[in-house]
Amino acid sequence: MFAWLRRHPSATAYLLLAPGILYLALFYVWPTVGMFLVSLETGTIQTGYTQSWNFGVYPQVLGEYWGDFLNSILYGGAATLATFAIGFPLAWFVAFRGGRYKTLLLFLIIAPFFTSFILRTISWKIILADNGFLLGTLKDLGLLPDETRILATPVAVIAGITYNFLPFMTLPLYVALEKIPPSVLEAAQDLYADPLSRLRRVTLPLAMPGVIAGSLLTFIPAVGDFVNAELLGNPRTTMIGNVIQARFLKVSDYPTGAALAFILMAAILTGVLVYARLAGTEELYGARAG
Amino acid sequence: MAQVDVRLVDVTKTYGSDVRAVDGISLDVLDGEFFSLLGPSGCGKTTTLRMIGGFEEPTSGRIELQGEEVTWLPPHRRNVNTVFQNYALFPHLSIRENVAFGLRRRKVADAEVRTRVAEMLELVELSALADRKPGQISGGQAQRVALARALVNRPAVLLLDEPLGALDLRLRKQMQIELKRIQVEVGITFIYVTHDQEEAMTMSDRIAVMNHGRYEQLGAPAEIYERPSTRFVAGFLGASNLLPGTVVGAEGDHVAVRLDLGPIVRLPAAAIAGRSRVDVGVRPEKIRLGSAGAATPGVNAIPGHIQDLSYTGVSTQYRVALADGHLVTAYAQNIARADGGASALPGAEVLVEWDPADAFAVDPLPAGTEPATDPVTGAPIE
Ligand SMILES: Nc1ncnc2c1ncn2[C@@H]1O[C@H](COP(=O)(O)OP(=O)(O)OP(=O)(O)O)[C@@H](O)[C@H]1O
Ligand SMILES: [Mg+2]
Repeated sequence: MFAWLRRHPSATAYLLLAPGILYLALFYVWPTVGMFLVSLETGTIQTGYTQSWNFGVYPQVLGEYWGDFLNSILYGGAATLATFAIGFPLAWFVAFRGGRYKTLLLFLIIAPFFTSFILRTISWKIILADNGFLLGTLKDLGLLPDETRILATPVAVIAGITYNFLPFMTLPLYVALEKIPPSVLEAAQDLYADPLSRLRRVTLPLAMPGVIAGSLLTFIPAVGDFVNAELLGNPRTTMIGNVIQARFLKVSDYPTGAALAFILMAAILTGVLVYARLAGTEELYGARAG
Repeated sequence: MAQVDVRLVDVTKTYGSDVRAVDGISLDVLDGEFFSLLGPSGCGKTTTLRMIGGFEEPTSGRIELQGEEVTWLPPHRRNVNTVFQNYALFPHLSIRENVAFGLRRRKVADAEVRTRVAEMLELVELSALADRKPGQISGGQAQRVALARALVNRPAVLLLDEPLGALDLRLRKQMQIELKRIQVEVGITFIYVTHDQEEAMTMSDRIAVMNHGRYEQLGAPAEIYERPSTRFVAGFLGASNLLPGTVVGAEGDHVAVRLDLGPIVRLPAAAIAGRSRVDVGVRPEKIRLGSAGAATPGVNAIPGHIQDLSYTGVSTQYRVALADGHLVTAYAQNIARADGGASALPGAEVLVEWDPADAFAVDPLPAGTEPATDPVTGAPIE
């Protein structure tokens, strides 16, 4: 066995991969195929579902639920932008100004993960409540009109997603920024770049791998999320995740739920490929600095 | 009188409460000069350079650039550019855009940027690689890109921090010549940091020899080599023999010093500078070995016998033991074929001779301390 492996060194790599491949095949590929088959079945929960290769379900659910898809992409996209807007300065500060507190600051960024996702989202409900301490105080001070509400609006959903996914954006950004040699930033300064153009021409382009990783890690789960819309939204802010969850767990309409899940998966996959393609080109890296 | 480009006035930099990285340096660097800061590791060369570049703020003192105070000006507002030790090229930009970076930040017109970048790439012979990324070129090429990227801005002063430190010896020698050629060609003031005395000597117009945050001597290479004013400078710039003695008299512009081991030698009065106890110094290549009992008139001569010798091709290195056991090193150029006469064999009695004008004097070691210099190379032992 070992002698054979020594003669076929590349086989060792595959052998080491085998457990992972087996795991993926068993718990990912197999259920995916199964789910695809389910999406093509017809029937009801009472009569049972039978395979009928009903491809028509795809255009049908797309027509019926396109609004929820749109919500998902809008909320997920807005939340990704918001996490970047908050996460970049945060990561920048930790990487370049953190000094000996770096580890502590990084710990603080991931500290919310020590509390359950659901619990944290419910806490936001309390914070954003119409007369909770945030809005209540502002209203009492006369800074906001009495009828202002955030809870049960798209803003609340986006804010919730932003809060919950912030570390997924911040950590990759931090890793990318941390890797930039200080001398390269000094060179930019030396070559007359003021702080703003240093950020635009050097720091940001060099942090691009982190920007890409962070936005994918945030956007993909955010689009499929349903907890934030469920707890912080209203019936018109449902995201596609809510619909899928309801189809499966409340209505027991498995084919529709499965078809929606596949459409979501395909949409995200296409989006990611296009994005990676764009972001991977030199234009996005600012090579044509002008 | 050339114009002063960079002036440091009593510049000090301390880190924390006890590290005095730079300890009260005052100096003037003249326009168009190749000026080197030479010294051992940790003596404060980089810190001095970084304060001129604006990357470090002095704890006290003033920095002037072409007559204007810049002590507190940020780097991007100083007409100074730096060649960093590890080059610090922008990895995401092509060689061409690396070189264009400074001009673009200064909003130079696109057409001018293009011609100036092309000219500069020509000067450093890198036109062919203009479209590559920094990750796709060699160390020596990266070094030249770093140089071009700085020079293209035509700064008043170019700062270079051990720019050849990462190159192998051959490339280093080649780049030394290249750098000097470019400096002469563009006529920009260079302030060059190095710990390599040979490099400093071949390239510089003037050198400041630094030690412990200040410079011990400042002058032209020949001057600091031939007439080092301190023990440290004598040792740092090459081998030297140091013999302690006491001034016993003066005749004209010469002073007589009785060496502790007996003989009296003569030195230029200027070298003594009024001291009564000195160490008389003489470089090994200034020494001739004469036959015993046949002293040349007007020349300093001390008897001794050859302890050992080593033939290195271009020269032969002798070690001569003096009466008190002191070893003196002498280099003899092998001008004629070295067939080794009987007079130059170990054990032979010889006279260690040198011209009085070739000697220098440094402060003696405080009484009671053993000479902390290597008897062979004369280098200070840390
Ligand atoms: N940021 C800092 N904090 C504390 N001490 C420092 C700092 N930077 C430099 N020093 C100290 O200041 C002294 C001078 O450092 P500097 O880098 O100027 O030396 P150098 O002459 O350039 O040495 P080398 O030839 O090794 O580069 C050293 O003792 C160094 O340890
Ligand atoms: Mg240094």
